Amino acid sequence: MANIIFYILSGITLCSALFVILSKNPVYSVLSLVITFSCITGHMLLLSADFLAVVNLIVYAGAIMVLFLFVIMMLNLNDAAAQPGKPFLSKLAAFVAGGLLLISLVYLLKGQQTGHIDLSTLDNNFGSAQELGKILFNEFLLPFEITSVLFLSAMIGAVMLGKKDLKDY
Amino acid sequence: MMDFVWLIPALPLLGFLILSLFNKYIPKAASGYIASAMLLGSFIIVLNLLCAAIGGTLPENVAHVEILNWIHAGKLDLSLSFQIDNLSVWFMSIITGVGFLIHVYSISYMHDDEGVTRYFSYLNLFVFSMLLLVMGSNYVVMFMGWEGVGLCSYLLIGFWFKNQAYNDAAKKAFIMNRIGDLGFLLGMLLIYNQFGSLEYSTVFNQAVTIINPNEPSGIIFAITILLFVGAMGKSAQIPLYTWLPDAMAGPTPVSALIHAATMVTAGIYMIARSNVLYSLAPCTLDIIYIIGTSTAILAALIGLTQTDIKKVLAYSTVSQLGFMFMAIGLGGYTAGVFHVTTHAFFKALLFLGAGSVIHAMGGEQDIRKMGGLMKKLPITFFTFIIATLAIAGIPPLAGFFSKDAILALAFEASPIKWGLGVFAALLTTFYMFRMLFLTFFGEFRGTTHQKEHLHESPLLMTIPLMILAALTVFSGFIDVPHVLGGHNWFSHYLAAANIALPEASHIPASTEFLLMGVALTLVVLVILTTYVLYVSKKTMPAASDSELSFLDKLSYNKFYVDEIYDAVIVKPLAFLSDFSSKVLEKLFIDRIVNFTGKSVQWSGKTIRFIQSGDVNIYAIFMVFGIVIILFINLILFLN
Amino acid sequence: MSEYLVLCCILFSLGAFGVLIRRNILVMFMSIELMLNSVNLLLVYFSAIHNDQSGQVFVFFIMAVAAAEITIGLAILVMIFRHIGSIKIDSLKELKW
Repeated sequence: MANIIFYILSGITLCSALFVILSKNPVYSVLSLVITFSCITGHMLLLSADFLAVVNLIVYAGAIMVLFLFVIMMLNLNDAAAQPGKPFLSKLAAFVAGGLLLISLVYLLKGQQTGHIDLSTLDNNFGSAQELGKILFNEFLLPFEITSVLFLSAMIGAVMLGKKDLKDY
Repeated sequence: MMDFVWLIPALPLLGFLILSLFNKYIPKAASGYIASAMLLGSFIIVLNLLCAAIGGTLPENVAHVEILNWIHAGKLDLSLSFQIDNLSVWFMSIITGVGFLIHVYSISYMHDDEGVTRYFSYLNLFVFSMLLLVMGSNYVVMFMGWEGVGLCSYLLIGFWFKNQAYNDAAKKAFIMNRIGDLGFLLGMLLIYNQFGSLEYSTVFNQAVTIINPNEPSGIIFAITILLFVGAMGKSAQIPLYTWLPDAMAGPTPVSALIHAATMVTAGIYMIARSNVLYSLAPCTLDIIYIIGTSTAILAALIGLTQTDIKKVLAYSTVSQLGFMFMAIGLGGYTAGVFHVTTHAFFKALLFLGAGSVIHAMGGEQDIRKMGGLMKKLPITFFTFIIATLAIAGIPPLAGFFSKDAILALAFEASPIKWGLGVFAALLTTFYMFRMLFLTFFGEFRGTTHQKEHLHESPLLMTIPLMILAALTVFSGFIDVPHVLGGHNWFSHYLAAANIALPEASHIPASTEFLLMGVALTLVVLVILTTYVLYVSKKTMPAASDSELSFLDKLSYNKFYVDEIYDAVIVKPLAFLSDFSSKVLEKLFIDRIVNFTGKSVQWSGKTIRFIQSGDVNIYAIFMVFGIVIILFINLILFLN
Repeated sequence: MSEYLVLCCILFSLGAFGVLIRRNILVMFMSIELMLNSVNLLLVYFSAIHNDQSGQVFVFFIMAVAAAEITIGLAILVMIFRHIGSIKIDSLKELKW
């Protein structure tokens, strides 16, 4: 049963990811990216990472994608289709590079011995918010706090960059 | 006393720095006094040392004064250190003493020159370098001073740099010295290679233990010959002597200080310092003897017909240096150093006297236009005649003793060598008296304008003359030989500085008296001949080249040595340079250079397309790079 | 070799391919998000295999950093658009001499 769900989800993930890349209209790209992220959330649920699945859905598929849409809306980028395409050679080079990367990654991971996942052997609360919180606020307290500083600086940076004219400040 | 040793070279260096850095702020009149004061300071310290050395109470801890550890690399351990022993103290006293007198003299002589501050800064720098040369406790410090005096010599010969001929003379001196310096440098490297050190004490100790004096050793021969090549350059021996006469382009006090009294004796000092090595290489000593003797005779022959008062003195210097090398070649290091001492006094006196004459004559240097200066310049005349008598070897003046020491050595080696020495001495006597008579006796032959301006030099110039004259009279007594009732004090003095005492003379006292008598009689005869020739008969050197007889012409034109050098060395070199510039340069070097440039240009043009500014392309290259790294990882670590 | 590994590799390569082939900076950003997510999935997978929740904490941090990165990136994008009037990567050729 889990296998079938996995294959279906994988198929949707890859198709929508392909659509993200190939779609001419950035709005369609964003929408299919939302689909991709939702599928990945599904994968996470399959892997018993409940908390992360929820966070992924809220942060990525929700907040970040809304941010993308806002930007597209603000910049009014719908004339993308009018742009001439890239030269063929450049496309070929990109294709070859991407393909080579895939081959080498697969080749590299081929020898990796990974046992089959048996979810039943996992802890009872594996991946729950409670368990993660314990780890986060014990082992990873310092990185967690630093992350908050990172967010603060990102916020200030975004505000400053968004100003109409930096010279006034 | 040890605490002040470093001040000896430091004071002139300080003077040089003050005078050259604050050139514009120092009044011209003050610069001479500053320079002289610095030197006086050094001289007083040196006098202290000299007293200790003479009394034999030179403290042990002064013998080797280390200023700083200079180079420490691997086995090479060089320190900037001084060796204070009887030999170096002796030279230091000559340098600072005569140097101080000449500084004082220069204050007056150079007072109206616009570059007087520059002049004194150079003089101070020279004294500093010369002190470094004699004080160093290893060959590198000596070499530093060696190069320093070469530089100062160059700067001072070309002091009046607006005259192209003077510049050429300066360059000639520099280049000739470079040839010698190369020899010195090679010798030094060979010493290091052989003995693993450049410190005198280590080298000499090792040389004595390693090398068997009875077997001729190739390496010692090479070292000594190479060092001697250095001495040839600095001390103006055949074949590198031609720069010294040209060096007279510099101001006269410079000629007195550098090109007569001190710098040119550096070669003698160096050989005397390395006497341990030279004693192990009899073959080199023979070569030194031959070169010294031929230089002494050749230079004297040239001196016979020169008409420029300074040129005569210059050739006389070359000839006297030849004498010193003759002494060293015969193994008489003490005699050589003794002659350096007396020569320093009387030759400095002669040059300063000549300077005084030139000063009075308003820059005229041709002895054909002088004459009868005796009454107008009494002090100059009186001191000049003392010096001339000294150089001719009339007892009891200094020159007699030092020359006699050399001649005695020569006779011991073989009578022929004695004959050659006497011959050179007679030539010396002839040209010196010829100059003396032409300058000071007879009628005045200059213009009336010059005659009106004839005057004795000011006290600042005549006092050094008088002091030097006194030294000329008395300095001979330091090494009175046994036959004359002396005790060879100077030889004993130097023996403390690692210079072996000369072996007791095998010549019977009667023979020695006879030799002295013969030499002296001949000298007096020559003086009389000269007197008859130039005072009674009033013979004049010919005014132009064409009136000279063949031999005179040969001598007047310095045996065409310069011309021969020009034809043998300069012309082929010029041709080679010409060939290189026109053929080698154009055909090969230019092409190689252009090819390099063009290939860079071409590759730039070819590879430029990668730098398209397209971020996608850059990213593609990056991904390719990642792929390559992944595969390398795979190959290296997984298999 | 597990299916998850293959899936993540393909997803990652797709993201990289997107960065290479697109000229729209916005889409390039999305492709980068794709790559980040594939790595996230991989980490979650490994954490499940090794029964170690630290892997999930890493994913948490990656998300945080990615969110900050996207914020700044989009702000820069807006700046670029204001200055140049385009968000095509071709228009940013100032790097070329």
